[in-house]
Amino acid sequence: MKLSFFLNGEETTVEAPPDRRVVDLLREDLGLTGVKEGCGAGECGACTVLVEGEGRLSCLMLAAQLEGLRLTTIEGLGRGEANHPVQEAFIEYGAVQCGFCTPGMVLSSMDLLRRNPRPSRSEIREGLSGNLCRCTGYVKIVDAVEAASREMEGETSKGIEREES
Amino acid sequence: MKMMEVGWSVPRCDARAKVAGEEKYAADYYPDNLLWAGARRGGIPHARIASIDVSEARAVPGVFAVLTREDVPGTNRQGIVHKDQPVLAGEKVRHRGDPVALVLAESREALARALSLVRVEWEPLPGVFDPEEALKPDAPLVHEKGNLLLKACIRKGRGEETLDECPVVVEGVFEVPFQEHAFLEAQSGVAWREGEGGIVVVASTQAPFRDRFEIAHALGLPAGSIRVVAPYLGGAFGGKDGSTVQCLLALAALRAEGRPVKMCWDREESFLAGYKRHAARMHYRLGAASDGTLQALHCRLFYDTGAYAHLGGEVLELGMEHAGGPYRIPHALVEGWCAYTNNPVGGAMRGFGVCQASFAMEGMMDRLAAKLGQDPLELRRRNALRRGDRNCAGVTLVHSTGMGPCLEALSRHPLWTEREKWKSEAGAFKKRGVGIAAVLNAMGYGRGLPDAAIAKVELTREGKFRIYNGVADMGQGNAAAFVQMAGEILRQDASRLEIVQPDTEQSLPSGSSSAGRTTYTYGNALVKACENMKRKLLHRASLVLMADEERGLVLVPGKVRHLPSGREIPLEVLASFFPDSDRVCIDQFVMPVSQEVPETGKEFFLGFPHVFFSYAAHLACVEADVLTGKIDVKGYLAVTDGGRVINPRCFEQQVQGAVAQGIGYALSEQVLLRRGEILNPDFTNYFLPTALDVPDIESVAVETVESTGPFGMKGIGEVGVNAPLPAIAAGVEDATGVRVTKSPLSPMSRWIVEDGGFPGSEGVPPSR
Repeated sequence: MKLSFFLNGEETTVEAPPDRRVVDLLREDLGLTGVKEGCGAGECGACTVLVEGEGRLSCLMLAAQLEGLRLTTIEGLGRGEANHPVQEAFIEYGAVQCGFCTPGMVLSSMDLLRRNPRPSRSEIREGLSGNLCRCTGYVKIVDAVEAASREMEGETSKGIEREES
Repeated sequence: MKMMEVGWSVPRCDARAKVAGEEKYAADYYPDNLLWAGARRGGIPHARIASIDVSEARAVPGVFAVLTREDVPGTNRQGIVHKDQPVLAGEKVRHRGDPVALVLAESREALARALSLVRVEWEPLPGVFDPEEALKPDAPLVHEKGNLLLKACIRKGRGEETLDECPVVVEGVFEVPFQEHAFLEAQSGVAWREGEGGIVVVASTQAPFRDRFEIAHALGLPAGSIRVVAPYLGGAFGGKDGSTVQCLLALAALRAEGRPVKMCWDREESFLAGYKRHAARMHYRLGAASDGTLQALHCRLFYDTGAYAHLGGEVLELGMEHAGGPYRIPHALVEGWCAYTNNPVGGAMRGFGVCQASFAMEGMMDRLAAKLGQDPLELRRRNALRRGDRNCAGVTLVHSTGMGPCLEALSRHPLWTEREKWKSEAGAFKKRGVGIAAVLNAMGYGRGLPDAAIAKVELTREGKFRIYNGVADMGQGNAAAFVQMAGEILRQDASRLEIVQPDTEQSLPSGSSSAGRTTYTYGNALVKACENMKRKLLHRASLVLMADEERGLVLVPGKVRHLPSGREIPLEVLASFFPDSDRVCIDQFVMPVSQEVPETGKEFFLGFPHVFFSYAAHLACVEADVLTGKIDVKGYLAVTDGGRVINPRCFEQQVQGAVAQGIGYALSEQVLLRRGEILNPDFTNYFLPTALDVPDIESVAVETVESTGPFGMKGIGEVGVNAPLPAIAAGVEDATGVRVTKSPLSPMSRWIVEDGGFPGSEGVPPSR
């Protein structure tokens, strides 16, 4: 079937079987290999993408579900110096080892910070508990998300006076 | 731009591409016009193959070829030390994951359909699933030569003879299950034919140079015709040391009529056919004087290597060499058996045999402390190995030996000094305990197999330095460490340093990414190559700048500067004076080995003994829920002697990651087996620690100086995984009085203190 959706900000039309998994559509048909597949069963979170800004597992989504929606993959975030603060914090705080969970972890972190801009460490752990990482022991990932939260808070509070400190 | 200097937490050179999703792993290669390759797994633990009918599979639209044993040229045999594992099984299968056919297809759908239509007629054979059962005379034979892969013995002093004379003796039997590596990038790769009879394999592999020989041997090809490329791996931890997809991919490429082939195991296949940490049963007796001074040890270790040898003998060897832990024990007898069974294949995994034995030895130390009424930390300090001591294998420790300083640092930490207060603050229906463990882990291949690396560094035409990494980076950060070391010597910032990942056509043979030797061995070679490069550049710069002598010339970012005159020459200009062959410096290093060979352990094929060790002392704050049996690790301290630290943040990454894997091993990870069948071959039922299951892990480095190491470092990738299970087990004992002899301590075990135990405990309160 013919599908139209917004991929990383650009209107995209593809021809795909309606039951094609979104992870395959992205990786194989559209060449977006930043989307990783770790388990194919919705357990590891490596294939996380943002659909309308919310974290979704692309291994559990079918192509037909994308129609008309806004989809963001890791490739849709900033590049180089224009990285998203979450990406910069992952680099700076040592949250990256093998890196295979990283794209999904970054996107889940963004989803978490959208829902809860100032999460506590335990809220970060809760928020990322759907993303497995086998390398880091998570400590530095939590550090990075905490730092990104502070960084983004700094940006938003420039223009907005907040009641809480 | 940040200077790359040793000792600082500069960001890893690979992090930027990885956070952008730009790094291309083996799984991310999709060559044009590719064919999908997949293996049909037997699915039966032990059987003769009466016949294989591939006609239906071949008839599936989109199927390109279906290959069986008859299509394999060469020996059809693979294996790192023992060539006992078929590429495609032709006569019999020895575990459920043995491949019997290889299908090439235009699409994954056609591949899956064809794989299900390969018809095999089996003659089932009785199976054996326990290593001690496998060694009985009437056990079914997994291999014709018998089920014993290795029986060995390490004897020190008077062995076990003095045990009965010891004033205090403790004993126990400990069991651990198979553990899955569970790297997130499953085994995968691509291959194609190139030039006259050449084959290129891009694989997620820890040992590209060895892979060439594996493929050549198995398929009857000249090793020189095979090129293996090893991009950054999406995790490995030992599980991609040895052939996984490599021989199957090369075989597929031979039959693909020039088209590229791609193979990606799915998660279930990764469980089914991938290597595991060996399951083990360990019988221990430990004797001490009444003051706690250790006197004698006797252990009998049974390791289950499953259907094939892989590195089973070497895994057992490491377990035996470390069986007495980081302690002075004058008399010891360590006996070990590694047996074939029809279980999944045991192989290399971080902590390589040591993880298992550390659980048993530390359990013994806690029992001894309880029996003597001694503080478990004091008991360990009293017996900790020091430089100059002979370890349990009879080898004198002539290199850095930081066990004592690790225990000292732990003893001063608030998690230890304020433990009683923390324990007393347990909430309703909770019990708290604090456990410690002291461990060590050898570095390097050991005697008999030269642990060597050859480093290559190039001054590019653009005036940058390019390092040709020879040892794969599976995520541990050796590539970043190499960049940092090169930056330190060549005085460059990150913008002037590049690293390319192993490719047998460009890099030079440097061994596998394993054994805690990766950064040490290649790093030592690289230091020499970079120093050669520096000398060469300063010499040439002196000619170009017409300086009378080299003194006063220094490398600075992007330039060579003559300090007395202030004159400079940019590196790209300097590079233009070099012919291509002259812009490269190559040097090599071989790890030193023990100068004394103990008159014991003669059965070991290779790798005995070792002479370099890293040490660690860990502390776990454990909380048990007496209603549900759930055990939580609330706090964790890891003190590590890994020599000097190249990059503190990367050091912490390794320690924290190893601890998390150890917490999984302690609390939830177990490959559940029923007659060789994995009952939990997925992340739904094999419980990996999530962010909620791992506490903040504090890492403290005890920086002894290892004078043979690059910048004084030692490998620390492995040592951290050995301590969490014994430390957490000790914490549970401290909290509840329940002795732990089996892992994992999962709540599935329905542990209820009031009932006096749970499956996997002796259910006996310690005598303290």
